[in-house]
Amino acid sequence: MSEAVLSSGAEAPGTKGVADDFSRDKQVFGMPWGKAMMWIFLLSDTFIFSCFLVSYMSVRISSTDPWPIPSEVFALTLFGTSIPLVLIAIMTFILITSSGTMAMAVNMGYRKDRNKTFWLMVATAILGASFVGMQAFEWTKLISEGVRPWGNPFGAAQFGSSFFMITGFHGLHVSAGVIYLLVVAFRVKNGFYEKHGGNYEIVEITGLYWHFVDLVWVFIFAFFYLW
Amino acid sequence: MAEDGQQHPLSVYFWIWGLLFVVSFFSYMVDYMQFQGALRWSLILIFMFVKAGFIIAIFMHMKWERLSLKLAILGPPVAILVLIWLMSYEGLYIEETRVEYYGESTMEPQTPAHH
Repeated sequence: MSEAVLSSGAEAPGTKGVADDFSRDKQVFGMPWGKAMMWIFLLSDTFIFSCFLVSYMSVRISSTDPWPIPSEVFALTLFGTSIPLVLIAIMTFILITSSGTMAMAVNMGYRKDRNKTFWLMVATAILGASFVGMQAFEWTKLISEGVRPWGNPFGAAQFGSSFFMITGFHGLHVSAGVIYLLVVAFRVKNGFYEKHGGNYEIVEITGLYWHFVDLVWVFIFAFFYLW
Repeated sequence: MAEDGQQHPLSVYFWIWGLLFVVSFFSYMVDYMQFQGALRWSLILIFMFVKAGFIIAIFMHMKWERLSLKLAILGPPVAILVLIWLMSYEGLYIEETRVEYYGESTMEPQTPAHH
């Protein structure tokens, strides 16, 4: 690699680039440290959620009682007919929509359109909060039907513990995300980042966290609700 | 590249947004139409990986990141496959010993005729 290529900042693609990134005397990932650290945090979070889902798989395979049928447990009666998983489907669409508004917010952030970034992030936070609200409704419904972490009237006792642990931990992530979004959104609006170099990379970092929350829900939806 | 960050046309996001809606609708239909067995499980997995792929590649911009980051972040989760294999092996072993000693499986939903 010639001096000219190095100094111009153009990096080699592919595996040659990987060797370059890791062996040159500079930081490995060509991005703000906050973004690299968010990726590493999300990687560690992936392992936490995987542990929950794998333990759920393990107890579902080996429980002595038959596993409750999620399609029936999570059915909701609307307009006199029982629709399977309807609330979960609505929650899924709400989270995807919030991911869309977040992607727009990141884009507007890079265009330094503070007003649009603010409102798109607020919209994302509102959608996230409504998701948590529906989850609270779901929990209330199941608890009133007698579902507990140590047993339930539908079948295997482990159903309750898996449900509350997995959806609870995910709901906690969404709640934390809503607070995170609002903090960053208001800082975008009040010009905090203008005073600190006018860099809106933070919007993308917040976005990474939010998309990850949506990503985890994709796996929970597939393995816990649909399987 | 690091200076101007991740800037892409808005149409990309609208497309992926729409596709995620469509694929989510399909995965909901898997339950609504009451597909069972291998067909159900394979459809659930296909739709799940399509959605996860779109979110990571486009919304999280992984498609446009350098290979170093792709390998550093997407490589380690492969280890989870080993955990999945070990734990399913363990779970099936417990199930098998039960069938062997008690002569009854709980994998299939029990019908009143059994009692």
